[in-house]
Amino acid sequence: MKRSRQRNREHAFRRHLNPLNWLLRHAQMSLSSLGRLAQNPLSTGMTAAVIGIAIALPAGLYLLVDNMRTLTGSWDGGSSISLFLQQSLSDAQADQVRDVIALRDDVAEARLISRQEALAEFRLRSGFGEALDLLEHNPLPAVILVKPARVASAPAATGRLADTLGRYREIDMVRVDLQWVRRLEAISRTLERGILVLAGMLAAAVLLIVGNTIRLEIQHRQPEIEVIKLVGGTDGFIRRPFLYEGLWYGLLGGLIALLLVMLGLALMQGPVQRLAGLYQSGFSLEMFRSGVFTAILLGSPLLGLAGAWLAVGRHLARIQPE
Amino acid sequence: MIRFDSVAKRYPTGREGLAGVSFELAAGELAFVTGHSGAGKSTMLKLIGLLERATRGQVWVNGRNLNKLNARDVPYHRREVGMIFQDHRLLHDRTVFDNVALPLVVSGLGHQEIQRRVRAALDKVSLLGKERSFPIGLSGGEQQRVGIARALVSKPPVLLADEPTGNLDPELSREIMQLFLQFNQVGVTVLIATHDVALIERFGRRTIQLRDGRISHDTGARA
Repeated sequence: MKRSRQRNREHAFRRHLNPLNWLLRHAQMSLSSLGRLAQNPLSTGMTAAVIGIAIALPAGLYLLVDNMRTLTGSWDGGSSISLFLQQSLSDAQADQVRDVIALRDDVAEARLISRQEALAEFRLRSGFGEALDLLEHNPLPAVILVKPARVASAPAATGRLADTLGRYREIDMVRVDLQWVRRLEAISRTLERGILVLAGMLAAAVLLIVGNTIRLEIQHRQPEIEVIKLVGGTDGFIRRPFLYEGLWYGLLGGLIALLLVMLGLALMQGPVQRLAGLYQSGFSLEMFRSGVFTAILLGSPLLGLAGAWLAVGRHLARIQPE
Repeated sequence: MIRFDSVAKRYPTGREGLAGVSFELAAGELAFVTGHSGAGKSTMLKLIGLLERATRGQVWVNGRNLNKLNARDVPYHRREVGMIFQDHRLLHDRTVFDNVALPLVVSGLGHQEIQRRVRAALDKVSLLGKERSFPIGLSGGEQQRVGIARALVSKPPVLLADEPTGNLDPELSREIMQLFLQFNQVGVTVLIATHDVALIERFGRRTIQLRDGRISHDTGARA
């Protein structure tokens, strides 16, 4: 009977704080962790700078590629549409079709290559000239080469324009030449994937950096941890300052990363504009992508926290008072 | 308050700390544990403070079977057991006040309550004027008193002291012991491990003598 009564007491024996006190203690703890970091500005700054560089690298690259993708959307003369006309059409009819298409708002230019011209070109380029002589009829159709206007120059809009033109009765077949644009898109996709891989590796690096820093900190404060355990500090209580430290490291690193990204892009702005000028493009680097900025500001503290958690989980349990 | 039920402790190294010890210490009792080094005094205290766990047998403290406490409960148990060490175990980068406040901080007390209780504890050990000092600037006896204030500030029902007078001269030792007697008078259960036989005899309290991990002599409770 005695035992069952005693077991009941065990359940009642952990005490919990009221939420306000708890919040207050967290605020105090986070500030005192920040204070501890401020006590060693040099080592804190170096750790934060390493984290900052590790975050800035993929973030900066991502912004570059992201800018490049907006470029593919506004690429002048990147794509063209080839309209193959019905064989039955006469040259005059073909000319009429060309005129109709050329009048469209979303078409910048339409050029007709008549059947004869097509044959001549083919004879010249293909080397099958003699084989063609054996044929009774000219097998090649007339072609209208369409250059989309600016409003229809994005790959998707060009595709829609091609669909519309394909519905003309006189047109047998449509081929959209989006090669340039597609290549550029493929390149930027590849780069994006590469950056993702890089970001993954560098995120792991940040975890290790923070983890290692916190591990050293734990070692350094081992006597204190032992005493806290002796007087009844819970694991959570002991863990908390280290987790906050990780959080602060991450946040500081994130802020440094933002500065680095802005600095880097500002330095690139000049050459990029010159390059764009050579391509007659009004393109310029856009620095303020809110998505990237929020991701850095939210992601880096979380990364720091995770790194600290890894270190704390592994090392705190090992420290036991004697 | 404290009950040992054929408790044995064998360390991973193979050394036997305790080899079957049974005794009971009533609430409000004060007892000395003696024996030469290696007899098991420290092991006994460590088992009570859950710095170690028994290999065999059961340890009860304050009506709680320590074998049944899991790791998460250990901190809460330690808050009920004040511990005092020969080497004081103070934090040298914190003031006397902060050292004494630590047990209250970890249990989440409010700022004002901490102020009040720390001052009261420092007052009891006559160190009220030293609260802003750092432990390194204090004498050995003063440091030990800071350790005692820290052990008592959260008013635990049980107080353990491991060689609390080990490094002190007889005069200071007597002062420290006097402190323990005072706390015992207000109802704290006190268990003191020491090899200072002369000191023990002067107080004429219950003495549990250990030899090779077993109780070789127990005077039983005395007034």
